[in-house]
Amino acid sequence: MHRIFHRIEQIAGNVIMVQADDVAYGELAEVSSPKNSSLAQVIRLERGRVYLQVFGGGRGVATNAKIRFLGHGVRMHFSDSLLGRIFTGGGLPRDKGPALTDALIEVAGPPVNPVKRVVPTRMVRTGIPMIDVFNTLVESQKLPIFSSAGEPYNLLLARIAMQAEVDVIVLAGMGLKHDDYLFFRDMLEEHGALSRAVLFIHTAADPTVECLLAPDIALAVAEAFALKGRRVLCLLTDMTNFCDALKEIANTMEQIPSTRGYPGDLYSQLASRYEKAVDFHGAGSLTVLTVTTMPGDDVTHPVPDNTGYITEGQFYLKGGRIEPFGSLSRLKQLVNDKTRKDHRTVMNVMIQLYAEAREAKEKQAMGFRMNAWDRKLLTYARLFETEMMDLSVNLPLEDALDRGWSILARSFDRQETAIPSALIEEFWPA
Amino acid sequence: MQHSDNIGRIMGVGGNLVTVEFDLPVVQNEVAYVRLEEQGRHVGLKAEVIRVRGRYADVQVFEPTHGLCVGDKVAFTGELLSVELGPGLLGQVFDGLQNPLDAIAAEHGFFLARGSYYRPLDAQRRWDFTPCARPGERLRAGMPVGHVPEAIFRHAIMVPYGLKGWCTLVSLVEEGAYTIDEVVAVVLDEDRREHEIRLTQHWPVKIPITAYAERLRPTQPMTTKIRIIDTYNPVALGGVYCIPGPFGAGKTVLQQITSRHADVDVVVVAACGERAGEVVETIRTFPELEDPRTGRSLMERTIIICNTSSMPVASREASVYTAVTLAEHYRQMGLKVLLLADSTSRWAQALREMSGRLEEIPGEEAFPAYLESVVAAFYERGGVMRLHTGETGSVTIGGTVSPAGGNFEEPVTQATLKVVGAFLGLSRARSDARRYPAIDPLDSWSHYDGVVDPAQVAEARRLLAQGFEVKQMMQVVGDEGTSLEDYFLYLKAEFLDAVYLQQDAFDPVDGATDADRQRRVFGLVSEILAMDFTMQDKDAAKRFFLALTQTFLDFNRIPMDDEKFEDMERSIRTRCKEAARDA
Repeated sequence: MHRIFHRIEQIAGNVIMVQADDVAYGELAEVSSPKNSSLAQVIRLERGRVYLQVFGGGRGVATNAKIRFLGHGVRMHFSDSLLGRIFTGGGLPRDKGPALTDALIEVAGPPVNPVKRVVPTRMVRTGIPMIDVFNTLVESQKLPIFSSAGEPYNLLLARIAMQAEVDVIVLAGMGLKHDDYLFFRDMLEEHGALSRAVLFIHTAADPTVECLLAPDIALAVAEAFALKGRRVLCLLTDMTNFCDALKEIANTMEQIPSTRGYPGDLYSQLASRYEKAVDFHGAGSLTVLTVTTMPGDDVTHPVPDNTGYITEGQFYLKGGRIEPFGSLSRLKQLVNDKTRKDHRTVMNVMIQLYAEAREAKEKQAMGFRMNAWDRKLLTYARLFETEMMDLSVNLPLEDALDRGWSILARSFDRQETAIPSALIEEFWPA
Repeated sequence: MQHSDNIGRIMGVGGNLVTVEFDLPVVQNEVAYVRLEEQGRHVGLKAEVIRVRGRYADVQVFEPTHGLCVGDKVAFTGELLSVELGPGLLGQVFDGLQNPLDAIAAEHGFFLARGSYYRPLDAQRRWDFTPCARPGERLRAGMPVGHVPEAIFRHAIMVPYGLKGWCTLVSLVEEGAYTIDEVVAVVLDEDRREHEIRLTQHWPVKIPITAYAERLRPTQPMTTKIRIIDTYNPVALGGVYCIPGPFGAGKTVLQQITSRHADVDVVVVAACGERAGEVVETIRTFPELEDPRTGRSLMERTIIICNTSSMPVASREASVYTAVTLAEHYRQMGLKVLLLADSTSRWAQALREMSGRLEEIPGEEAFPAYLESVVAAFYERGGVMRLHTGETGSVTIGGTVSPAGGNFEEPVTQATLKVVGAFLGLSRARSDARRYPAIDPLDSWSHYDGVVDPAQVAEARRLLAQGFEVKQMMQVVGDEGTSLEDYFLYLKAEFLDAVYLQQDAFDPVDGATDADRQRRVFGLVSEILAMDFTMQDKDAAKRFFLALTQTFLDFNRIPMDDEKFEDMERSIRTRCKEAARDA
């Protein structure tokens, strides 16, 4: 039974209001104007008044548009035939494939019961030494890449997607530049990763409201794959655009803003997405990696700030490199004692020395005289930056650890590094 | 779902705020159930009345509201939001409304199901009841009529907290095994009304339990075995304290360590709007950890209230009240209870979300104007009480605060600072420098008495402040521009920081320093700080202190009952005296 209503009483931004009864909160409707049609979702009920956010945007909606309520919330097809497909943020085909309308799952489903979660134990190998060695990514982790505009964050995300040893990749692009979308598509295709990927792409040119749907649909699909025992990596870029879309709708609905115009429930909104990351006891896992661009490179901006309180660490991308300071994987100690016995030592020693090297660099910049140790540190910093930190470096963890030893050996004498003697004997290159 | 004759109709839905038209009288803050048909089953979504205007009541729903329609029925219960208090609470994991999460998992699997509510206590289990009163005895609310064994405690079965005035015990059952629903005693109140006493009772979460004789001033320290707390910024039993800090500074880790080592009987952990992963770690590791005081599992003295960030926001608000009510219940048995709330900012944000939906006039950063009074009222539920039995019981409250941008000038931190007795501020600079616990020793303060001599602490504080000042100066003028005298101040401050204020949580000995050891070691440290050293140049001084620090760190890892402890203590003292001028 579909109920159809005609008279739209208010159009403001992307939100329309219609007089209707027997409508459920969260229900979907189809809004058809003479020139266009779009899906919309109920976001407020007030006596007989029904407010809907129109996914296609308010532009072109006629007051006599036909509004047909569909009797269900947002749903998405789920099966293995999603793999290799590309959809819009709203879940419609963006490639030339068929629309998938059967086997539907609910989007934005209930949260996982905390007692059914397990403490994660498996590492996600990315082939990027700054992650694998220094801030290991762990299955079921939720981690954002904090970056300012202009940094190659999408390149980093794409590289992790291609190399990560996971079964399924689900990518949601929010407010993505069309070039970036093509970049993701081509890169995944070239490396043969497209066949195990599903893409939900909302580009900057698409209506704002769809931007809100993209991460929810992607996470629902990712969760469904994980429930079937797959190890899933879900990539969301860029969450700041998602938050800006939230802000836009909240302001249209005349909600009282909290900080810098963002709605008061920003934390809860972000948390309900990030907390989808999970390791199911007896099924698969879902790892969530996102991009959060920091407006003005300011980490106290509400979006990165709220994100930092939710996620299990963060990667700072600065100057084209993953910053060793500030970047943190809160879960790394769960896995990095099971990789190779020199892993933790290499991780600690190289960072401590790099911190010292940075001080030496400052000293040099201020015109102080360099002593022998300072010169060694400067050599070390140069090698570390070019052979380890550079984003183009692509090594399995074991090779990256070996390279770490090689860098140390080329920069210092073996007794200068404060590494336990037993490890020196075993690993210091001859 | 409870049966009710008072039925209202939904008039509006926006987020988790539902407006209901009613005909019969309603009560502010009473519980209502919003009826919904979902996948063929009828469920009632629990909700609470939070505002009444004319014939319309605004209710906040503790569940997602999608699928609700205008005209749907809402059943008012007339009862305030309550929890069930009785034996069997210890060791359990509840959500913010006291639903046992294990029971939900057994029924619904991986996900939470809305509208599913379970009894928090096992109604089948029989408890061995031992009476401790005689018929004819005069009793007051909160006085025991008997007790049942729970974990290592005797769980008191008390005259209901709500009973007014004195009452007379009419009858009492014999010693034996009873379920929580069986009547074990009957009392007659002043109005000659009979009241049945069972092993459990209900109590509304937002009203403090006041069935005690008087409030006392918190004077006894609660040792946490964390030196920078116990010595420097102590917390008293029955005191309240807060831990504000930016993300990544170690709030949750500090709470976890405290929950393990604190010298209390019962710990209630309220994971309020934080990461699920962290509470999972507690749920999975506590059963395997041993309580050093009893040798039993730590879980046996712990209750976890778990309303993580993706769970509904309204029950996040309820969760801190649920937690404090359970804590008060165990206090009534003369126990020392510690409530750890992580994080109170998420609870304040829940208030802000509801306030926004109610379209109230916003205060600073859109928090409601009543934020301060609500925060104050919550912390006031901590305290040490003399009970009607003459025993004392205490609730100590430690709340973390997650200030936006790590800036302590924001409303939640400020509202909290006004009411707490101790402030343990975590600093990003200290955690970046890997100085743990990252509590700022200069900014933090406490009004409570600690485990060591306050005069010694004051002296150490002064020295630390001076030393850090010198350190800052040195960054500008370099080593060369600093006098040898100042340089010693700097070295002493760094020494105090390194060997006493910092603590290696992973080391079994250094990670947990009891009060005796703190008094003894702090005495030694104070002695060293007061010495006048004779080194003639900075390099020699620095070498001496580096070596001393290294030795002292090894000393920190030696148990106090080890024979090497005294040797090492003596050798450190001698070594320092040899390098110092006679006073």
